Amino acid sequence: MTASVDWRPARLRATRDLTPDIRLFEIEPEGPFAPTSPGSHIKLAVDIDGRPDTRSYSVVDACRDGIYRIAVKRLADSHGGSRHMWRLVPGAALSVGMAVNDFPLAAGRPEYLLVAGGIGITPIHAHALALAERGADFRLLYGVRRAADLAFAEELGTLLGPRLQTFVGEAGQRIDLAAEIGRLAPGGELYVCGPLPMLDAARQAWRDAGRPADLLRFETFGRSGRYPTAPFTVRLAGDGRAIEVPPGRSMLEALEAAGVEMISDCRRGECGLCALPILAADGPIDHRDVFFSDAEKAANAKLCTCVSRLAGGTITVDTGERPA
Amino acid sequence: MTETKPFPLNAWYAAAWSHEIGRRLEARTICDRDVVLYRRTDGGVAALEDACWHRLVPLSLGHLDGDNVVCGYHGLAFNGAGRCVHMPAQKTINPSACVKAFPVVEKHRLVWLWPGDPALADPALVPDFLWNDGTDRVGEGGTFYNLKCDYRLVVDNLMDLTHETYVHAGSIGDDSITGAPFEVTHSGRTATITRWMIDIEPPPFWAANLGRPGPVDRWQIIRFEAPSVVVGDVGVAPTGSGAPEGDRSQGVNGWFLAAITPARENSCHYFWNFVRSFKTGDAALTRQIARAHVGDGNGLYEQDAFILERQQEAIDRNPRMPFYNLNIDAGALWARRLIDRMIAEEQPAVSPVAAA
Repeated sequence: MTASVDWRPARLRATRDLTPDIRLFEIEPEGPFAPTSPGSHIKLAVDIDGRPDTRSYSVVDACRDGIYRIAVKRLADSHGGSRHMWRLVPGAALSVGMAVNDFPLAAGRPEYLLVAGGIGITPIHAHALALAERGADFRLLYGVRRAADLAFAEELGTLLGPRLQTFVGEAGQRIDLAAEIGRLAPGGELYVCGPLPMLDAARQAWRDAGRPADLLRFETFGRSGRYPTAPFTVRLAGDGRAIEVPPGRSMLEALEAAGVEMISDCRRGECGLCALPILAADGPIDHRDVFFSDAEKAANAKLCTCVSRLAGGTITVDTGERPA
Repeated sequence: MTETKPFPLNAWYAAAWSHEIGRRLEARTICDRDVVLYRRTDGGVAALEDACWHRLVPLSLGHLDGDNVVCGYHGLAFNGAGRCVHMPAQKTINPSACVKAFPVVEKHRLVWLWPGDPALADPALVPDFLWNDGTDRVGEGGTFYNLKCDYRLVVDNLMDLTHETYVHAGSIGDDSITGAPFEVTHSGRTATITRWMIDIEPPPFWAANLGRPGPVDRWQIIRFEAPSVVVGDVGVAPTGSGAPEGDRSQGVNGWFLAAITPARENSCHYFWNFVRSFKTGDAALTRQIARAHVGDGNGLYEQDAFILERQQEAIDRNPRMPFYNLNIDAGALWARRLIDRMIAEEQPAVSPVAAA
């Protein structure tokens, strides 16, 4: 998954604001075009406060014209990626990595239920276009906090008609996951991309309905939890050092920046490699990963440092480093 | 980066004989894709990418547990759709963990696999191969797995039977073939060569099976269906019995069948059969014909395989040497034209700006 990335030069062709907070970027790679499949993401080289880093963004359509289209939400608690992207102007030179698909769409299922929350619409949008083109039986449920957050809703509405339903939280509209899953044909698949509470609710409803686990597909971005993002302090059990974790940085990034050697891979709460044992915490632990089970999260023995946080206060962890 | 391969991916390719796929893991390489095939408990065939998501160890080295493939290295398990259903030493499963599942259909006693975009895998596009069904026509075929040549060399071979005169002298080869005119026709997905040899002495194989003396009219109607299936309708009938006009009732008719599947660029799997509509109850004749094609090393197809592998070696040694074409290559050139068209059709479109 994190094998070396082949970087290729690209150019930002155009941008378009889909909502006050979501901007569409059209990225044109140089040279032969590597095709994508629905659910693919591309890696972009970004500059975060002067240091190079990478970010992954889902492509929103089939990219048939040789252009990658991604949509990026401007986040108040950005780790720097969205801030970097929103500063770009058309014509900007970019480095783009080969498209990878960790959220592929299966073919030939009797029915599909797509559920998107907020900016989670990006891969789901590509899925919906592909399913519409195939003439597949599917529905798209799209939830947002405010009506102004509905990116793509107009064009999706035109294309999908009644197969699209939107839900605006502010207006008191909620997706009834249990009922929607109940309507799904046997053997049908559920694809979810959205904030963690939505994903947790979907997984719970899916289990409660007795549906097979492998027919629930989801993608996470590890940027939301049960508590608001707040600054907190990590104390290292070994040398007692205290490291501050600001809202715009993950605990893993803060540890790395402080020179603590860490092992990690996915950096979005899936693989569990960066998890550390928790020795003490004086604030609530906000598990934002999908690696630990609910029981493991409740036990609070470890946390995935790439996404999980403390909702304020100090957490003491064992980094595994021992005196020579 | 997207270097064009000499084979289209959005096509059905023969991957195995149906009888070869059972409750064990069978590895194949098809169009540069390593695939593991097995039969599910419901009787259907599953085909997965033969590389574990975790560390890329071939899944075909593992074992079947119900409908799941268990990796022989760390025990990750994948179901027939390629989704991971077990990860060792953790309570959850990484949502990204899956291996590619290839669409598969069983038809005409073969397992056909679609290496390209699964969304385009329409079972109605399986090549016409009904002669292989084992119903009205009998024959026992086989496969040259991993024949060391570009699959298109096999297509060339079958689309130009002039070679019979030289490669298969003494059995089906005959000087009449090189002397007879032929007609080439083509449609969107097929190219057909029709050759009639009127009033000739039948070659030994056909003389024996016709079982009566005298001159014959011999036909070879070779139909190619892109990208790589060839069906040759061949036979003889007594001269004057009306075969060229459509009445073959006095003759004997056979069909050579070939489904050729690229393994890698310079290797292929050659699924072959020879079926006949005469003496269909004669099991000894069936075995004899099969042995005549592939037997002691000097069967008809073994002779072809030998030539084709030596040809590929020569091509590899002479990378800049062009092929020259003869009049007899018209069928092969049409076949390659249709293959090239399929390849071009599946290249991603590039915007005019990007192309500039």
